[in-house]
Amino acid sequence: MTSLVPGPHRASHRPSGTVRPAGEPAVGLPRWAFVPAAVGGLLVLLPLVAMGSRVDWSSFASLITSESSLAALGLSLRTAATSTLLCLVLGIPMALVLARARFAGLDLLRSLVLVPLVLPPVVGGIALLYTFGRRGLLGSSMEVLGVQIAFSTTAVVLAQTFVALPFLVISLEGSLRTAGTRYDVVAASLGARPTTVLRRVTLPLVWPGLASGTVLSFARALGEFGATITFAGSLQGVTRTLPLEIYLQRETDPDAAVALSFLLVLVAVLVIASTRTHRRVR
Amino acid sequence: MTLTFAATLPDRGFDVELDVAEGRTLALLGPNGAGKSTALGLAAGTLRPHDGHVTLDGRPLVHAEAGRTRTWVPPHARQVALLAQEALLFPHLSVRQNVAFGPRSQGARRREADAAADRRLADVGLASLADRAPSTLSGGQAQRVAVARALAAEPRLLLLDEPMAALDVEVTPALRQSLKHLLAEQTTVITTHDVLDALLLADEIAVIDGGRVVERGATADVLARPRSTFAAKIAGLNLLAGTWTGDGVRTTAGEVVHGHAPGDGLAVGVPMTAVFRPAAVSVYLDEQHGSPRNTFRGTVTSLEPRGDLVRVRTGHLAADVTPQSVAELSLVPGAQVWLSVKAAEVDVYPG
Repeated sequence: MTSLVPGPHRASHRPSGTVRPAGEPAVGLPRWAFVPAAVGGLLVLLPLVAMGSRVDWSSFASLITSESSLAALGLSLRTAATSTLLCLVLGIPMALVLARARFAGLDLLRSLVLVPLVLPPVVGGIALLYTFGRRGLLGSSMEVLGVQIAFSTTAVVLAQTFVALPFLVISLEGSLRTAGTRYDVVAASLGARPTTVLRRVTLPLVWPGLASGTVLSFARALGEFGATITFAGSLQGVTRTLPLEIYLQRETDPDAAVALSFLLVLVAVLVIASTRTHRRVR
Repeated sequence: MTLTFAATLPDRGFDVELDVAEGRTLALLGPNGAGKSTALGLAAGTLRPHDGHVTLDGRPLVHAEAGRTRTWVPPHARQVALLAQEALLFPHLSVRQNVAFGPRSQGARRREADAAADRRLADVGLASLADRAPSTLSGGQAQRVAVARALAAEPRLLLLDEPMAALDVEVTPALRQSLKHLLAEQTTVITTHDVLDALLLADEIAVIDGGRVVERGATADVLARPRSTFAAKIAGLNLLAGTWTGDGVRTTAGEVVHGHAPGDGLAVGVPMTAVFRPAAVSVYLDEQHGSPRNTFRGTVTSLEPRGDLVRVRTGHLAADVTPQSVAELSLVPGAQVWLSVKAAEVDVYPG
């Protein structure tokens, strides 16, 4: 409903602190909270600064443009983008079913969907191997058809989708529940079919949740290591993504590993920055 | 009959039969929780009946027997538009896109849908707001846009669920007048607990209480001779009949009453009625000046307790005031008083 509160009152009623008039005290914020908050912030920032200080800037450009580095970066971006797309195609309907459908066992299903979130990625990799591997549940019959998934780029995408999917589903399901179904009911009563309601009303209304879920999935896919190396191996240009390349280089060429790590941090910061500007636009 | 409705929901103690003829408006009156919204939900398809049927223009929308649904038309295929207390305009669409949503969803091309939207917006007097975002509208404007949006979908049946309940009292008369005009040819069911809505908008009234229809009839009959306690409680409006002077209603007693008129184009001299609630009337011992108010001189004929208030009657008018006011003004039968009501609280309609 449109607020009928007159203009001057509005700013002070706004829940977030974006427009805080000078002199407004921060209620519910004990002073001691600043100490652990600062420690926590340092725990996140300090290692990044320490790593940044070890970057050999004179050879930075050549290190990150070496053939193996570029191959790894390209593969990472391609697979993470594909996984994100797969997460959207599968995750949006999953979130819809979890948020809107009503049938027995839904709560159990919701818990199972979140399993990859709490599972160590390497365990996920093993599970995938026993599903799509040469002797796996589905892999053996696929082998007959001449399709081999394990240790291919497809395996990288599957591993990344496996770990990244819950991020999209959780984020979107929460948004769908918060949005409720009142607008959907109105849209249906105006003659819109369910798919039209989804496209023109439901998804636009949960757009912020969908966007942040997509970014989180992409970031998770980009950083994926354990499931990938277990299920897809480490073949340059085929399955060796940036995190794998960094791990391997650390043994042989620490400078290159640091340079590539810094590159991954840059990509992560860019991704986060893109969501920040997104929120501001909304 | 255009709409026939007979449904039971034992869980909610709901057992209601209704029918509405083509182009007519039925008001469902009743206290909160009486089952008014349940009836609308069953017609719109947001609820399933345990037993019963809803038929619109001979087409069964739902048919259920003992909890089994035999026929089910999903909400989007019913041609039944629902307007709730809140406007619920889609916040990501402009006002025009909101109103064009129905036609677009039913397959109209964008240009046709936009043209239809602009026509409907003009009908509710808001054509100038077409490009605005819903968040920039006032509550009353948003609700009028919601009315335009519902009508643009060209429903066979329009359901209005307490459309004025969430609005400020200052803006309800204008919306009521718009609705009166727009619902003339539209088959409509409106729920309300405000007798003014029923009086101005509805051809017929059904009073629902405890999930049952307790009274049914033409609006004028129900309000003139209420048989149920609820109808009796809500009736008792101040009604002043007279003729139109161009900016007010001149009563046979010579008083001129100003209020929310239905718009231009009324000939001077046509019969008109001014309606206002006893609760909107203030009582004074001296004449009150200061427009836009209507004042009437009168002699107190009776004082009756009415909940927390006291109903003061002066011959042809009634005012609901607090017991404190009665004490301060020393109101007793025979006292000379001035009754005052703001023009904004007075509805004026032809007839």
